[in-house]
Amino acid sequence: MTASPSVRSELLRQRSRSARLFLLPMILALAVVAGWPLLRTIYFSFTDASLTNIDAAKWVGFKNYLSWIQLKSGRTIYSGLLVDPAWWNAVWNTVRFSVISVSLEAVFGMVIALVLNAEFKGRGIVRAAILIPWAIPTIVSARMWGWMLNDQFGILNDLFMRVGLIDHPIAWTASSDTAMIAVLIVDVWKTTPFMALLILAGLQMIPGDIYEAARIDGVHPVKQFFRITLPLVKPALMVAIIFRLLDAMRIFDLIYVLTPNSAQTKTMSVLARENLIDFDKFAYGSAQSTLLFLIIALMTMLAIWIGRVRLDGGER
Amino acid sequence: MTTIRMQDLRKSFGTFDVIKGVDLEIEPGEFMVFVGPSGCGKSTLLRLIAGLEDITSGTLAFDEKIVNSLTPSQRGIAMVFQSYALYPHMTVYDNMAFGLKLAKGSADDVKRRVHKAAEMLQITDYLDRLPKQLSGGQRQRVAIGRAIVRDPKVFLFDEPLSNLDAALRVATRLEIAKLHAKMHETTMIYVTHDQVEAMTLADRICVLRDGNVEQVGTPLELYEKPQSIFVAGFIGSPKMNFLTEQFADAYKTDILGVRPEHLEIKDKDGLWKGKLLLAENLGSESFLYIDIGAKEPLVVRQDGSAHQQPGELLCVAPVNNNIHRFDQSGRPAAN
Repeated sequence: MTASPSVRSELLRQRSRSARLFLLPMILALAVVAGWPLLRTIYFSFTDASLTNIDAAKWVGFKNYLSWIQLKSGRTIYSGLLVDPAWWNAVWNTVRFSVISVSLEAVFGMVIALVLNAEFKGRGIVRAAILIPWAIPTIVSARMWGWMLNDQFGILNDLFMRVGLIDHPIAWTASSDTAMIAVLIVDVWKTTPFMALLILAGLQMIPGDIYEAARIDGVHPVKQFFRITLPLVKPALMVAIIFRLLDAMRIFDLIYVLTPNSAQTKTMSVLARENLIDFDKFAYGSAQSTLLFLIIALMTMLAIWIGRVRLDGGER
Repeated sequence: MTTIRMQDLRKSFGTFDVIKGVDLEIEPGEFMVFVGPSGCGKSTLLRLIAGLEDITSGTLAFDEKIVNSLTPSQRGIAMVFQSYALYPHMTVYDNMAFGLKLAKGSADDVKRRVHKAAEMLQITDYLDRLPKQLSGGQRQRVAIGRAIVRDPKVFLFDEPLSNLDAALRVATRLEIAKLHAKMHETTMIYVTHDQVEAMTLADRICVLRDGNVEQVGTPLELYEKPQSIFVAGFIGSPKMNFLTEQFADAYKTDILGVRPEHLEIKDKDGLWKGKLLLAENLGSESFLYIDIGAKEPLVVRQDGSAHQQPGELLCVAPVNNNIHRFDQSGRPAAN
C-alpha cells in the first residue's frame, strides 16, 4: 500500500493552503503599516505636494530629484536632491557616523564579550547590568547625556576640569567641532551592549577544549585571539556588524534630541523629517525618504548576499 | 625517555578534594593506563600531568625536574582529547602544523614532520580537508597526528576512543598499540573507563578510586592478584562473583570471589546447586545466571552456546580451586 503521487500532492496542497492562511494576517498588517506609507511616500516624491494641501499634489516627474534649466547664456543650472549640498552633507554625516560608531562598538563589544565569556563570580549580574544602557529608551538616554555634556552644568566638563584635561568648559553638543563626537559617545555607550551580547553568543559557541589544545600547542594569548578566537567568532561578529550598520544608517532619535539643527550631525533621516515637516517641502522630503529607503534596501540586499556567500562558513 | 614521579599529589576544586594524595612513578617509555569508574579522578590526574589544571599540593617531576609551575607547552607533552579538540577553521595540515609553526620551526622541517606523521596514520589524502569533512575515526587520527608531530616526551590520551563506534574503537585501539610500539621511547599515559582498553594496551595499569590509587600493576597482576575487592570487581568482564555467608564460610573467609570464567557446570556433585535464571548467548561463549541462594545470581562463563534451559537445575564448582579470598575490609585475606 503505497501512497499514490496524487494523494501526496493533495496533502502538499493542503499544507501550503494552510500556510498561506497563517501568513495572511501578517502580510495584511505589513501592507497596511509599511507597504501603504512607503508607496505613498514614493508617490509624493514625484509630485509637488505640500503639507498644507496634500490632496492637491500634482505629478512633476523627477523634478524633486533632478531638474535643470538652460539659461540664455548657454549655462545649465541644475537643481534637485541629487545636486543639493545639504543632502550630500547629510549622506556624508550618516556614513561617517555609521562607520565610526559601528567600528568602535565592534571593538568595545568584542572586549566586553571576551571579559563576560570568562568565568568569574557574579558574571550573571554583570551580564544583566551591561544591558542597561541598551534598555533605556533613546530619548531618555539622549536627554540624560545632553545634561551630562552641558557646557555649564554638565558633569563631564566638571570632571575633566578637575582632572585638568581641559582648561575651559566645552559645549560638547553645540560646538561644531565636538557635536559629532558627542553623538558618537552616546551611541557607542548605548549600543555596545547589544554588540557585546551578540558577540558573546558567538564566543559561547566555540568549544572550550580547543583552547586547551592551544595551551598544549603553546599558543600565545594574543596569537590565540587572532588565530583561533577571531576566525571562529567571525560569522557572529559579521552578523552583528551588518545589523548595526543597517540600524545606524537610519539614526534619527538620538541626533534629533541631542544635537538639533547642527549641520555637523544632521543625517539623512533628520534632514528628511526637517523638509517634510519643518520646511513644508513635503515632496522634497519624500524624495529624500525614498532615496534613504533605496540606499538601505540596497545595503540590506548586499548584506544578505554577503551573508549567504560567506557567513555560513562554506559548505555544509 | 622520561620518568614521571608524583609525590603526594593533591587537587581540590574549592572544598572538594578530587585527587587525595597520589604517589606514583611511571617508568620511561612505559604505557601507563589510568582506569577507574566515572568521578574517580583519572581525567583530573591526567590534566594535572598535562598542566591544564593547577596542582593544589605535592610535586610532579619529569626526570627529577619539578614541573609543577611549567605551562603545558614547556612540559613537552602532547595530548589527545576525547572530543578531538581540532581547530575547526583549519585544514588537517594546519591543525597538525599550527603548534610547530608557532615554535618557529623551519618551513621544511614542519612540512617533513607533518607528512611523516600523516603517512604513519594514513591521513595523507585528507591534509587539505577541514575537520568537519572527516569522519570520527579520521578526526581522532588527526588529533593523534597533531600530538605526534610535537615529538613529545610524554604522550597523554584522555579517553580517546569514547566517541567512536564499537568497530572503530577496536581498530583505533590497535593503531594506538602500534603507535606505542613505534614510539617506544615516549612515555604514554592513557585514561579510560573501559577495562578492556586498559588490559589490552597497558604495560601497567593504575586503578583509581575516589581520588586514591587503589592498585598499580601489570594487567595480569591485577587480574590474578587483585589487592582489593574493588580491583577484583573492576578488572575482568563479566565482573567477579562475590559470595558471603555460608558460601564464604566453607572457605574460611569473609568474602569469596570467583570469576565467571573460573566456574564450570558439573554433571553432578557440584559444590553449589541452583536454578538457571537466564542464559546470555554470544555464540562463541555464553553466560549463565544461576540462583544458588546467594544475594545475587552467580554468573558462569561457558564456551560455545548454552544448551541449558531456564529453570533447569545446575551444579557449579570453581575450576582448580581458582578463588579469591577477601576479609571484611575488602583486602585479600591472610592465609
